Amino acid sequence: MSTRQFGERVQRNEDDRLIRGQGRFVDDIPLEGALHGAFVRSPHPHARIVSIDTSAAAAYPGVHKVYTHEDLGPLDVLMPLLIPHPCITHGRTQYPLAHGEVFYGGQAVAFVVADDRYTAEDAAALVDVRYEPLPVEIDIERATEGGAPLVHSDVPNNVAAQFVQRSGDAEAAFAKADHITSIRVQVDRSTAAPMECLATAARWDEVSGELTVWAATQTPIGLRGALSSLFELDENYVRVIAPDVGGGFGPKILFPYSNEIMVPLAARELHRPVKWIEDRGENFVNMSQERTQIHYIDLAATSDGRVIGLRDRFIHDTGAFIPYGIAVAQVASTSIASSYRIPNIEVEFSCVYTPTVPVTPYRGCGRPHANFAIERAMDQLAQELGIDRFEIRRRNFIPPEEFPYAREGLIFADGLPVKMDSGEYDRCLTALEEALDVPAFRAEQEAARAQGRILGLGMAFYVEGTGLGPYEGGQVRVHPITGKIFVNTGLTTQGQGHKTTWAQIVADQMGVDSSEVIVVEGDTGVFDWGCATFASRSAVVAGNAIHKTAIKARQMVLQVAANMLEAGPDDLDLADGRVFVRGSGDRGATLAEVATMSNPLRYAFNKAAASATQFAAAASSDGPPLPDGKRPGIEAQEYFSPPHATWAYGAHGAIIEIDPVTCNIDVRKYICVHDCGKMINPLIIEGQVAGGVAQGFGGAFYEHLDYGTDGVLKNASFMEFLMPYATEVPDMTIIHQETPSPINPLGVKGIGEAGTIPVPSTIASAVDDALASMGAPPVRSVPLSPAAIFAAMQASTVPA
Amino acid sequence: MKPSAFRYVVPADLQSAVHARAANYDSAVLSGGQSLIPTMNFRLSHPDVVIDLRLLDELDYVRTDPSYVRVGAMTRQRTLEFDDSAYRANPLIRQTLQNVAHPVIRNRGTVGGSLAHADPAAELPCLITTLRGELVAHGLDGPRKIPAADFFQFIFTTALEPDELLVEAAFPVLDPGEGWAFCEFARRHGDFALSAVACTVKIGPGGAIQRARLGACGIASTPVVLAECEALLVGNKPSEELFAEVARQAVSSIEATDEPEAQRRYRRHLLDGLVRRALEQAIQRTGARV
Ligand SMILES: Cc1cc2nc3c(=O)[nH]c(=O)nc-3n(C[C@H](O)[C@H](O)[C@H](O)COP(=O)(O)OP(=O)(O)OC[C@H]3O[C@@H](n4cnc5c(N)ncnc54)[C@H](O)[C@@H]3O)c2cc1C
Repeated sequence: MSTRQFGERVQRNEDDRLIRGQGRFVDDIPLEGALHGAFVRSPHPHARIVSIDTSAAAAYPGVHKVYTHEDLGPLDVLMPLLIPHPCITHGRTQYPLAHGEVFYGGQAVAFVVADDRYTAEDAAALVDVRYEPLPVEIDIERATEGGAPLVHSDVPNNVAAQFVQRSGDAEAAFAKADHITSIRVQVDRSTAAPMECLATAARWDEVSGELTVWAATQTPIGLRGALSSLFELDENYVRVIAPDVGGGFGPKILFPYSNEIMVPLAARELHRPVKWIEDRGENFVNMSQERTQIHYIDLAATSDGRVIGLRDRFIHDTGAFIPYGIAVAQVASTSIASSYRIPNIEVEFSCVYTPTVPVTPYRGCGRPHANFAIERAMDQLAQELGIDRFEIRRRNFIPPEEFPYAREGLIFADGLPVKMDSGEYDRCLTALEEALDVPAFRAEQEAARAQGRILGLGMAFYVEGTGLGPYEGGQVRVHPITGKIFVNTGLTTQGQGHKTTWAQIVADQMGVDSSEVIVVEGDTGVFDWGCATFASRSAVVAGNAIHKTAIKARQMVLQVAANMLEAGPDDLDLADGRVFVRGSGDRGATLAEVATMSNPLRYAFNKAAASATQFAAAASSDGPPLPDGKRPGIEAQEYFSPPHATWAYGAHGAIIEIDPVTCNIDVRKYICVHDCGKMINPLIIEGQVAGGVAQGFGGAFYEHLDYGTDGVLKNASFMEFLMPYATEVPDMTIIHQETPSPINPLGVKGIGEAGTIPVPSTIASAVDDALASMGAPPVRSVPLSPAAIFAAMQASTVPA
Repeated sequence: MKPSAFRYVVPADLQSAVHARAANYDSAVLSGGQSLIPTMNFRLSHPDVVIDLRLLDELDYVRTDPSYVRVGAMTRQRTLEFDDSAYRANPLIRQTLQNVAHPVIRNRGTVGGSLAHADPAAELPCLITTLRGELVAHGLDGPRKIPAADFFQFIFTTALEPDELLVEAAFPVLDPGEGWAFCEFARRHGDFALSAVACTVKIGPGGAIQRARLGACGIASTPVVLAECEALLVGNKPSEELFAEVARQAVSSIEATDEPEAQRRYRRHLLDGLVRRALEQAIQRTGARV
């Protein structure tokens, strides 16, 4: 008997290949005779282009073509604003190649295509671009003040969008509050830094007229739509493949990047395949970034710490353009009340242009920012009211019996109302409190203080609206010759383990081992209905679509087998790759046999096929070989569209020690309690959480894009942009809790971003606790650094 | 991030290497490649000729004599780190190397490469400067000894002539009973030091410090000998107060930069603490007490 695989710690199907170096990333796609591209990028954060002279570059041996915007013909158009919203009053997007003006350092100005990348880079250095630099303002608050230099001369105060949302009556709540807590917090600019940077390769087939694009993207279907539109091609003639993709974390959801237009264009015009592989230096100034927000958050509370009102006004840095709309800000604004009941909310944001790399979602997408704002404010409120940090949260949690809990008036990033589906927040927080052993820690902290050592305990709670629509689909098919099961979706995977989790879901229905299920994704030539991998949505949306599909495929198997075995479908079972009559011992058939029999054949090309031809005895019936309304083969396709987001949550806690000399943080204990509903594979979930914590820890203490006041990015390399190594990421304990989601058949919630969200809040809370006895000011911005901690110690009111 | 075109020369012995160097004005010497290759890939340097020293086994040695641990320029950092005779003669060498990059980089990075590269935050230049070691250059006229104090001139700049190679680094051995310490802080394991302090102390018969060597990196455009600090230490008995005074003195050696005030203050605090820590550890290793 096959055992149930949903919920098991199944080893990942993808690892064998990837660990052996057999992965196939865009750069590994063999394209004979491929040319290579390199971009000329703006060194200025903002400048008018006076002239571009490509003659020397074009004459350089080995160069095939040098493109500027003048060479783009009908493609010299503004790129799409992918997610429009009525509040975007001044939406601006860029041209594939700069058109008279550059708006950020790194913007593509020209594209050189040459025999190899070396030559392309040599020639790119010969493109002579004259710039007239323009003034810049990098501070997002000053940027909105009158008189500040404008990124786009026709966008007053640099404001792209402004939006207010209200739930309940915040004004009334503040009027009757016993206590009001107000703080300002800031989260700074970072980059996702996937191991594989952006990459595009393209080939036009001169015979079929088909364009094939290999892209390190999170959305082949989206990119195909854009390319079909831009190049005016029928979708049938455009195939986009995301082969193995080395990490995405959000920025690869944006499309089309300049390269995704220039590479196919060059391939068409030069009649040769073309490749462009972004290098790390470019990645720092080309791939979209995220994070800077400044929040002014006020909480209105009763004297016993119940928050009755929340007001948040925040400024969101959208970079030089707003191609992905207000997604990041909207998610932040609708996540701001977190796990707390807070019935009265008013949240307002402005999206502000700065002369920097455009901002689009990066793992967490506004949630780490919102979490930092609300959790810092809750800690502050607790402190002001003299209530324990755990206790104040308990007093405000939405209790289990109040779900579904709607925040009337707040619209989430899927365009649907915020409605939280299920949760047992108190149980989760209690698990954290116990794992941290708070009383024991307090004793240790006291003893350590006597020796001049500085310990602190921090905690934070988070929620995450996951599994956004609109929909995803699945296809399950049993191969008639080998009996193998193929699963397809329109998604992509960049390390999330879809080849394993989809296989587990299907294996349970089809009675096989999950290692025998073959998952193919990320290829519009295979399956082209769906959206993309983002927003912790794959397991929820595609997972349920595949589950529905697998049930349908199972029914098809049972139907066909019932005929073959002359038994009722209800008497049959599937296990070990066979369907059999329950309790009969031998009476059964393999999936291959069933699949073959389900497909009326004319030709007996193999032994099994002989039994499925029109002339075989088993096929004899009165009607046509394929009865009306039936389809050949075991192949099912289904879709799932969630009614709204499903809300995962969790609590993180840390015990840290601060070295008084280096002011460095040593995380001695890190606990993550999380609840993502029913778990498909705890092993993969732990990987997602751990990776998320690593990235969150980067955002808390290491990773910071250092744009100078002159707008120039000063640390565009891994030497100076400090991504934590494995040696810096804390060891962590992950505690699972499972509260099923009632709004999808599998009961699952997303987990992809969860780990990242509360880490800055947790570390800040721990630093506050560590320095509290010195009277240091609380942490109000991340990422922290030893210098920032030292500054806090210096500002202490109690002498050390 | 691809280098511009260059010619590639692989001399078979030192003499040919020296000739190749003399014959090519715009050449770069390639030893472990851990610093040179990234600078070429970033196109921060565009040498016409790259002279690869990988065949020069004659520069791959660790020889310990009564005065020096002599290390050939092509000795991999990892080889020196694991060399037991060097460890017995001067355990500070191993401790210092453990702060240089990551093991995989030390596997390829050479002792000569690190010294010739002269990064002001690098550990080996700090060590050899603090110890008053000596470097051996080799040009058409043969070998030339250069005291470490004269070797490091500025950021990425040494006393090597354009036609010279670095062939040997000589690290003085420690006296029996001499205490030692290397204390560093880098944001991440294996990064270049934000600041680091190298130190040796020898206690005299009366319990006072007889000899002290103290140096730092990451605080100026070259590694720095903290001579005033050494003078404060010698003749005094180790004490917390003494170390605090020495640390205050050390902080005044930090070269002014244009970094923000908060960062500057932090650097002073950090160096102060590292100096005290290094002294405490070194004294502990002498067997004396503070
Ligand atoms: C991720 C990373 C982290 C690192 N962290 C540290 C660190 O923490 N501390 C640290 O000190 N270093 C660090 N390094 C640098 C590393 O130690 C290098 O190995 C070292 O700086 C150069 O040694 P190399 O043998 O690789 O020299 P190469 O890179 O081959 O050469 C470096 C320079 O020295 C010149 N040169 C080399 N050999 C000679 C010679 N015999 N005569 C004349 N000139 C010569 C070259 O022309 C070049 O200019 C790090 C490197 C990396 C990639």
